[in-house]
Amino acid sequence: MCDVCGCGDPARTKLVQVDVGASLLSKNDRDALVLRQRFRELGITALNLMGSPGSGKTALLEATARALGGQRLSAVSGDLATTHDADRLTRAGLTSAPITTGTACHLDAAMVGRALQDHPLLGESMGHSDYFFIENVGNLVCPAIYDLGQQANVVALAVTEGVDKPLKYPVMFKNADLVVLTKTDLLPYLPDISVAAILDNLARVMPKPRMIQLAATRDQGLQEWLAWLQEQRDQVLAVGPAKPTAELLRRASRGLRPVAKGIG
Amino acid sequence: MSLVDALFDQVDRALEPHPQARLCHVRVRIGELAGVEPELFRTAFEGLRQERRYPGAALELVWQEALWRCLLCQTTVDHGDFLQCPACGGAAQLCQGDGIYLDHLELEVPDV
Repeated sequence: MCDVCGCGDPARTKLVQVDVGASLLSKNDRDALVLRQRFRELGITALNLMGSPGSGKTALLEATARALGGQRLSAVSGDLATTHDADRLTRAGLTSAPITTGTACHLDAAMVGRALQDHPLLGESMGHSDYFFIENVGNLVCPAIYDLGQQANVVALAVTEGVDKPLKYPVMFKNADLVVLTKTDLLPYLPDISVAAILDNLARVMPKPRMIQLAATRDQGLQEWLAWLQEQRDQVLAVGPAKPTAELLRRASRGLRPVAKGIG
Repeated sequence: MSLVDALFDQVDRALEPHPQARLCHVRVRIGELAGVEPELFRTAFEGLRQERRYPGAALELVWQEALWRCLLCQTTVDHGDFLQCPACGGAAQLCQGDGIYLDHLELEVPDV
């Protein structure tokens, strides 16, 4: 019934069709764009490290810190309930901060941006770090969906996870720029695990399959990983720091942190 | 859940020009490689629509298969095959099926 003037006539309505065609990730994509631009301004190499729980992501970063001296590395670590991984990275010499996600099984760009604002030491260290590692929540699905402003995606895959993880989780491996096969020192005890089979499966889901093998806790096979990191670094250095965009200058003029220092 | 929240945020914006509208129908397109499980998405939608003030909204999910094509000659690469063109050996590129989109809304508005 009419609820406009109370006349009692049946309400007259019509159907309106609205075409939208918008990605549900568009807000995250905008946040990631701001992060990516800021990383470029700082001349820092930002890498999104993903993988299953227990795949060896933290151990890989600890080994990286040992190899690189730990002086030029920053990181955030996503974890549902603890700060254990961020604490390990701090002890290893990285400037790191935790992102405790609660029930969220992934990081998004806003979480990373907030972490850089909320941890002044981390934000400050970004200005003189070569690498910024975003250690994602251990999960092979959702972290792959969210752009974090990274230059490249790295997926840690432990030999103990079996050979068919790429086929079971194609979304994760489709988006990977590099797969790091970890815990390879265990291969002699895993007769059913074939590195060739893993590579075969990767080639069915990953457009440009690239995999390196290492055992981080034993510092075995790190050279190829370090060489890949240097490749990423060289790409940043070849381009040089970007000038602040109009959008970032506008944000800065609204009282946010200066564009040349930290994130915010 | 965060994607459904993002969906309702976009619905809110789309309805701004229609303040008296009632949302009847929402069509969302989910790609095979979007990393989104349709039934979980539907459950989250049904759980949130009351809270987001769209109690009568119906959800239609459209599934979009992944499609890989050769960058060089456009030949399609079949599901499960190596991501390399069977005709010319070129690298395959994903052409569709990796996104999640709000495609369409149907609203009921006063006819005045």
